Amino acid sequence: MKSTKDIAALLDEPACEHNKKEKSGCAKPKPGSAAGGCAFDGAQIALLPIADVAHIVHGPIACAGSSWDNRGTRSSGADLYRIGMTTDLTEQDIVMGRAEKRLFHAIKQAIDTYAPPAVFVYNTCVPALIGDDINAVCKSAQALWGVPVVPIDCAGFYGTKNLGNRIAGDAMVAHVIGTRDPDPLPENSPVKIHDVNLVGEYNIAGEFWHVLPLLDELGLRILCTLSGDARFREVQTMHKAEVNMMVCSKAMVNVARKLQQKYGTPWFEGSFYGITDTSQALRDFAKALDDDDLTARTEQLIAREESRIRAELEPWKDRLKGKRVLLFTGGVKSWSVISALQDLGMVVVATGTNKSTEEDKARIRELMGEDTLMINDGSPKELIRIVHDYQADILIAGGRNMYTALKAKIPFLDINQEREFGYEGYQGMLELVRQLALTIESPVWQAVRTPAPWRSVTSQNVETLQCNVWAAR
Amino acid sequence: MADILKRNKALSVNPLKASQPIGGSLATLGFNRAMPMLHGSQGCTAFAKVFFVRHFREPIPLQSTAMDQASSVLGADENVREGIKVIAEKSRPALITILTTGLAETQGADVHRNVREFREANPEFADIAVVAVNTPDFTGSVETGYAATLTEIIRAVVPDAKEAGTFPGKRQRQVNVLVSYMLTPGDLEALRDIFEQFQLRPVFVPDLSDSLDGCLTEDDFSPVTLGGTPISEMATLGDALATVVIGASLSKAAELLEQKTGVPTYALDHLYGLKANDALICALAKISGNPVPERIERQRAQLQDAMLDTHFMLGQLRVALAADADLLAAFIDLLQEMGAEVVAAVTSCNTPSLAKIPVASIKIGDLEDMEIIGKAHKAQLVIGNSHAVDTAERLGAPILRAGFPLFDIIGGYQKTWIGYRGTRQTLFDLANLVINFSHEEIPAYHSVYGQKPASEQAKPCH
Repeated sequence: MKSTKDIAALLDEPACEHNKKEKSGCAKPKPGSAAGGCAFDGAQIALLPIADVAHIVHGPIACAGSSWDNRGTRSSGADLYRIGMTTDLTEQDIVMGRAEKRLFHAIKQAIDTYAPPAVFVYNTCVPALIGDDINAVCKSAQALWGVPVVPIDCAGFYGTKNLGNRIAGDAMVAHVIGTRDPDPLPENSPVKIHDVNLVGEYNIAGEFWHVLPLLDELGLRILCTLSGDARFREVQTMHKAEVNMMVCSKAMVNVARKLQQKYGTPWFEGSFYGITDTSQALRDFAKALDDDDLTARTEQLIAREESRIRAELEPWKDRLKGKRVLLFTGGVKSWSVISALQDLGMVVVATGTNKSTEEDKARIRELMGEDTLMINDGSPKELIRIVHDYQADILIAGGRNMYTALKAKIPFLDINQEREFGYEGYQGMLELVRQLALTIESPVWQAVRTPAPWRSVTSQNVETLQCNVWAAR
Repeated sequence: MADILKRNKALSVNPLKASQPIGGSLATLGFNRAMPMLHGSQGCTAFAKVFFVRHFREPIPLQSTAMDQASSVLGADENVREGIKVIAEKSRPALITILTTGLAETQGADVHRNVREFREANPEFADIAVVAVNTPDFTGSVETGYAATLTEIIRAVVPDAKEAGTFPGKRQRQVNVLVSYMLTPGDLEALRDIFEQFQLRPVFVPDLSDSLDGCLTEDDFSPVTLGGTPISEMATLGDALATVVIGASLSKAAELLEQKTGVPTYALDHLYGLKANDALICALAKISGNPVPERIERQRAQLQDAMLDTHFMLGQLRVALAADADLLAAFIDLLQEMGAEVVAAVTSCNTPSLAKIPVASIKIGDLEDMEIIGKAHKAQLVIGNSHAVDTAERLGAPILRAGFPLFDIIGGYQKTWIGYRGTRQTLFDLANLVINFSHEEIPAYHSVYGQKPASEQAKPCH
C-alpha cells in the first residue's frame, strides 16, 4: 500500500495550478453525496490505451468486472488492451493470503497466452489493504520471465481519478520511460524531423487521426502519445523528445514536469479542440522547437487548413449561430471547447469549473467575459435548473449526465471519454457541428415536450377533441 | 446432473462475472423511491453506475460511502452512518440499502451494527427502511448479490403474519411474484399481462418494469428511483393468495417469505420454452380457479407452430452459452427442448442450483473459457452478454445477446423472452441468426470435361 506520505507527495504537484490556491482539486468526498471515480479508475483510463500491453487488474471482480471493455479509445493495430484481465480474487485468496501467489501465476498466464511486450499490474483496494507487495511480485515475475512487469499501485481508496492519472504517469516515468532509444529517423527526409511527445492524448473514437497526418506533414515525429494508440515500445522512448505537449488536461502534468526535471525536455500546454486552439498548438510546437523553416511551413499549413475548414463550416454556421450552450466539463477542456464553440458563433452561457484551476478560470473569463456563470455544483438538479434559467439550447457534458439531460428533455452532446465521435483537429470540427445540429435541430424535442392531445379536454367536453384523422367519404 | 468444472487458472480473462454489489443494487432499484449505497471507495459506485447506465440508458440512483485512505485503515463506521443520514436528509427515500464491497468486508465492516447505531441516533428517520446486506465482490456474482439483497429486504420490511394480522387469501386476487434478475422489464410487463388474464393482480418483488422500463415522465429529475415496488406494498404480501417464485436463485428469499407470511409458494426455475410456461399457466389456473383464457391457448399453439418451423435450424445446433446460473438453466432447457446441443456452458460462480441443470458439464469461468471450449466443439452460435460479441467474432459464430450488461444494442433491457409469445420470438431470433450459417454449403465442383464458358472453367492443376 502507498503510504500517506506517498499520496501527499502525488497530491502536491508543483506544476499543478491547484496547488497555488487553497482549494484542492482533489477535495475529500462526502459519504452519501459523492460522485466520480477512484484512483484505480483514473490510472486505468490513463494507461489502458497502450494497446499491446497485458493490463491485469489485481483484485476481486468488481474493479475489472464492471469496467473492462468500456472505453472509447481506439488502436490502429494491436488490440490486447481490449482483453479484460483480472486476478478475480476469491474470499479464500484473501483470507488464506494467496492473492500474491495468484497474481504471480496470473502474470505468467498472460505472458504465456498473449506474449505481450509488457504486463501492467493495477493494484486495487483489497490487495492494498491486506498488504500484497505487488512491487515485489512484479519484480520477481519480470526477473523470471524476462518481460517487463510494471506495478501501478492505484488502490481506489487512495483518492480520486485525478490522483490515479498521476499515479499512472508516475509509474511510467519510474519504470518505462527511458528504457529504450527511439528507432532511427527515416533517411532522405526533405524536411528536418523533430521528435516530440503528446501527454494526455487518448485518441477517443480515433479523433487523433484527424491531427496526426498534419503533424506528419510538418515533420513532427510523435515518439509517443501517452497514451492514445500507443505501444509499449513507444512509451519507452519518451525521454528523447525535444518538446512535450500536455494535451487538454492537467491530469498527467506530473509526467511533463518530471520529464523536464530528469531530461530537460521543455513542455507546453495545448489542445486540439477547435480551429483556434489547433492552430495555436501547431504554432507552439514550431516556437518551442525554434526552427524557422518549420515555422514557415506551419504557417502555410495553418492558412491552408483554416481556409479549407472555414469554407466547409460555412453552411453550418447559420444553423448554429447564436445557439446557447451550457458546457459542463472538467478542467482544461472547458476553455478549449469554448473556443471551438465560439469559432462557430455559438454562445456559451455557462461553464463548469469544479475541476478548473485559477488559471483556467482566468482564461475562461478572457474568452467569455467577466460575468460568465461558472458552475461548481454539478448535481443533475442544478444543471437542469441552469439550462432552464439561462435558456440554453443544449447541454454539453460527460456521458454520466446524458440521461439526466434527456429525462429533462434537453438536447445533449457527450464530450467525455466514452463518446463515439471524434472532435479533434480541423476535421473534427465538422463532426462536432454535425452532432450539434443533429440534436439541436431534431424534431423529437417538440414531440416529447408537447402533452398528449387529449390532455386538453375533460370527460365533459371530450366531443370537442380535435382528432387528426382521415374522414371517410 | 451436470459436472461442475471448477476454475483452474490464475488469471480471469474477459470476465463474465459482474459483482455482488451490482446485483444488490439492481434488486434495490426495483423498489419505489429507493437508493442503494455501496460501502466502499467511490470507484465501486462509479463503475457500477456506468455499468447500469450503459445497460439501461437511464439515470441511475446509486451512492457511495466514499471510503478513503484513513477510513479504509482506521474504520469507516462514520462513513456509513453519515452516508445514510445525508441520503435521508437530501431525498427522504422509502428504502436505503447498504451494500458492502470487498474493501469494506476485508476491512471488517459491521454494517448491521452501523444501521442500528444510525437508528438509535436518528429516530426522526424511523419511517425510512434501511437494509444492510453483505455483498462482497470476492464471492458470488450478480445473481447471488441480487438474491441476498432481496432476502434481506423481505426480512426487514415484510411483517410476520402473527404480528401484522395478515393471512393468505385476504386479498383474493393478489399474487406475490418474486422475480430473478434474469427477467427484464419487458419480461415483467408480459408477465403482468398473463397474470391479469387470469383476473389476478401480481405484485412483483422487485419491479424493474416500473422503475427501469425507460419511461419519460413529467418530472425532470429524481434523486431516487421513480417507480418500482412500493415499500408500503410489502406489508400486504402476507395477504396474498399465493407467491410465485421465478428463478432457482431466489429459493432462500422464497422460503423466508413463506415462513413469515404462510402464503403458499409456487416455484419455477424460469419461463423460457413450452414446458416452463405450461407450468406457469397451470399454476395460475390453479391459483385463480379460472380456466385458461383462449388467448393464451392460441399463443401456446403459435409457439408450437414456431417450434416446428425453427427446429430445422435449431436442431443439433452447437451452442456456446455464458450466463449466470438462472439464465443458464433457462437457455439450456429452451435449447434442449428444440433439440439443440449446448456444447459450452460457462457460468461465473458456483451455486447449489448448477448441479441440477441437465447438461454434461458446466465450467465455472470466463468468456475465454467459453471461447476455448466453444472452439474445441465447433460452436455455431454464441449466447452471452455484450462482452461476448468479440468472443463470437473470434469463433466465427453469430451471437444472441442476453444477460448483463447489454451495451452495444438499444433496448436490450426491454426485450421480452418469456411466456409463449416471448419464447416464440426468441426462437425466431435464434433461427434467423443461423438460417444462413447452420449448415455447410457444398463447395462447387468444376468438372475437367465441363463445357461451361471459358471464364468459369476449372484452372488446370500444375
